[in-house]
Amino acid sequence: MNGLPQALDALPILGLLFQFLGYMLANLGYMSQTTVAVAVPITLAALCGVMCERSGVVNIGIEGIMLTAAFTGWIVGVAAAGILGAGIPLPFFGVTLPLLIGLAAAILVGMAVALLHAWLAISMRVDQIIAGTIINIGATGITGYLYTLIASQAPTSAGSFAQYKVPDQVADLPVVGWLINAVLSQGPIGLSTIVIVIFLQVMLFRSRWGLRTRAAGEHPRAAETVGIDVIRLRYKNVVMSGALAALGGAWLSMEQTNGFNADMSAGRGFIGLAAMIVGRWTPLGAFGAALLFASATGLSTSLTISPPTGDLGQLMAHVPGEFWEALPYIITIVVLAGVIGRSIAPAADGQPYERESAT
Amino acid sequence: MGVNRPDTIQRPPARARKAIGGAVRAVAQPIAEPVFAILLALLVGAVGITLCSGLLAGHKNFDVGLPVAAYRALLEGVASPSGIGSTLDYSTPLILAGLGVGLGFKAGLFNIGGRGQFLFGTVGAMAVATTVGVSQNEIITIPLALLAGAAFGASAGFIPGFLKATSGAHEVVTTIMLNYVFVFVTYWAISGPLSLPNAHQPITADVTDRNANLQVVLGSGSHAFVFNSGILLALAAVPIIWFLLYRTTLGFEIRSAGANPDAARYGGMKTNRLIVLTMSLAGLMCGLAGATTLMGVVHQMAPGYDTTVGFDAITVALLGRSNPVGILFSGLLLGAMRAGSQTMQIQAGVPAELVDALQAIILVFLVVNALRRWLDRRAARRGSTPSVDADAAQAAEGVA
Repeated sequence: MNGLPQALDALPILGLLFQFLGYMLANLGYMSQTTVAVAVPITLAALCGVMCERSGVVNIGIEGIMLTAAFTGWIVGVAAAGILGAGIPLPFFGVTLPLLIGLAAAILVGMAVALLHAWLAISMRVDQIIAGTIINIGATGITGYLYTLIASQAPTSAGSFAQYKVPDQVADLPVVGWLINAVLSQGPIGLSTIVIVIFLQVMLFRSRWGLRTRAAGEHPRAAETVGIDVIRLRYKNVVMSGALAALGGAWLSMEQTNGFNADMSAGRGFIGLAAMIVGRWTPLGAFGAALLFASATGLSTSLTISPPTGDLGQLMAHVPGEFWEALPYIITIVVLAGVIGRSIAPAADGQPYERESAT
Repeated sequence: MGVNRPDTIQRPPARARKAIGGAVRAVAQPIAEPVFAILLALLVGAVGITLCSGLLAGHKNFDVGLPVAAYRALLEGVASPSGIGSTLDYSTPLILAGLGVGLGFKAGLFNIGGRGQFLFGTVGAMAVATTVGVSQNEIITIPLALLAGAAFGASAGFIPGFLKATSGAHEVVTTIMLNYVFVFVTYWAISGPLSLPNAHQPITADVTDRNANLQVVLGSGSHAFVFNSGILLALAAVPIIWFLLYRTTLGFEIRSAGANPDAARYGGMKTNRLIVLTMSLAGLMCGLAGATTLMGVVHQMAPGYDTTVGFDAITVALLGRSNPVGILFSGLLLGAMRAGSQTMQIQAGVPAELVDALQAIILVFLVVNALRRWLDRRAARRGSTPSVDADAAQAAEGVA
């Protein structure tokens, strides 16, 4: 039976394609697991964007919220571990008390930063893109400042959340076992992301809150006439969405790694915004787009860890490593430019709302 | 914001006085607002330094002396011959890139891609220096390297402009993504094609060995005044961009497209072409910023070479209200802060990242019109009418 694949692989040019397919199939399990993991912060950023923009507020400060939350989660975890001791990890996800305190602090700080954006964008009616940029610059500056101060004291780490181990009976299931294994082999933030995606999708299109949010984003004046407090609703949405972006930031410093780096969010907030646009401002669509963008990272990590052999391997050896690192960003640009015409933003997106005076 | 309205001359003295007051305010307002925002931010920064002073080795908690020491070191870092030279070094790219970002603002485009355009411009200039600079003298190499920096920067700005014009992809997302792409392109160029063949670690050639040095040394010994002569290019660019914006058809079209893109389109302007052109010009300026920094300050690149100019330029453009003259002054100011922050870190131990945090705080106070709100509230307490008329209020609004 091995004759046919070998013959296909030996074909000129087209053979490379078959070799590539073969490589993909062989490494699919690993690649899928990485892809889902990498998609987690992008998805959370995109969900933050969906909640904001569906109610009419453009938020490009997501990147800054993630960075601040990543820093806060890490440093509060370290401080809590210093005071309380590392504690005994609970039997699931390696959860310890310091980690939980760090996570809670990250979420609170993320919501506080989002509140600043809401105040600038909704109450002060500042250009929303400028407001978001200010948040990004400030987040880089303040986390950089504190990190330089703290790094001199050589802080330790509060550890990180552990992955869920899929039972062997499930992972060994024929046909679907590997996929379930790949999707569910995540930490607590990763797993909750999948739940949040579905929850938000239902809420946005099936609940009173969702209807009101969409109304505020499409036609705030009309929404106000039927008794919706547009300004309050926008505040609520932006602040709550800050918790989602913060969760994405916490994933970086508490689930993927167990420490903080300057600028560790590395543009994920913006990739999330691109995922939101490509996913047409729906939670499920954004999740799909995030998976697509993340698959580039999945492929490139797989190529570095287990490089392909044969002709394909020789060809790949000529591709500089930097290309694979840049690939997720390139794919984001290409996909964004490709779908944009067919993806329409909420009508009142980014427009400050001013209540008519009562006189 | 009209400055001297001709019809005010015939009016009664009282109204004329008021008009003169209005004119003074119209000139003073664009200066007073940023100055007020900067002072407030320095105050907030001082509180921040005090709150975190316990984290600094050798300082007690809530050390009120620390911000004083930090700001004094910051000033000392600027007010010396070497400090002035280093201020010019930092200001050159900030003015050039600030003009690029400001040009985008005028057209209603938000160019966050300064980092990538700067880096790609640096690669262009380095490529010329490594190839042409071996055999040609400075008269040929320097202009060619600057041209290459400008061309590479422009091409990096062209991509998001082209994508926006053809597909509508928002430049904020595409320029940020391209920043990361160009960071990796630069890594690759430094460790690959631009790397010195016999070096132990990947490193590029030194532009001083390649006839592309822009650094000027006046005097000698410890009193030598060292600076980047690229500042002359930045100073020349200010009137050029001003002329382009306010005295040419293209500038009029750029400002129209920024003020109201629909009206500009109905008026027969090719707005898509304008987007591509403006983004390319913005990239060109950022590319020049990269080229002059390479040739006049850093001389050589190793892997990891990066810049904060892209984001600083946004602050510069906002502080200068996208006006070329305003950008010149805000560029010099931020350059001085960057230069002084190094001394601050060395002498007072306060991390230089403070400047990044200060930038954000300055911008918050600037965009919420802190001065106007403060004056209005004071006026309201006294029971008089708000101090700022609609004209000045309009001037303070809408930075872009």
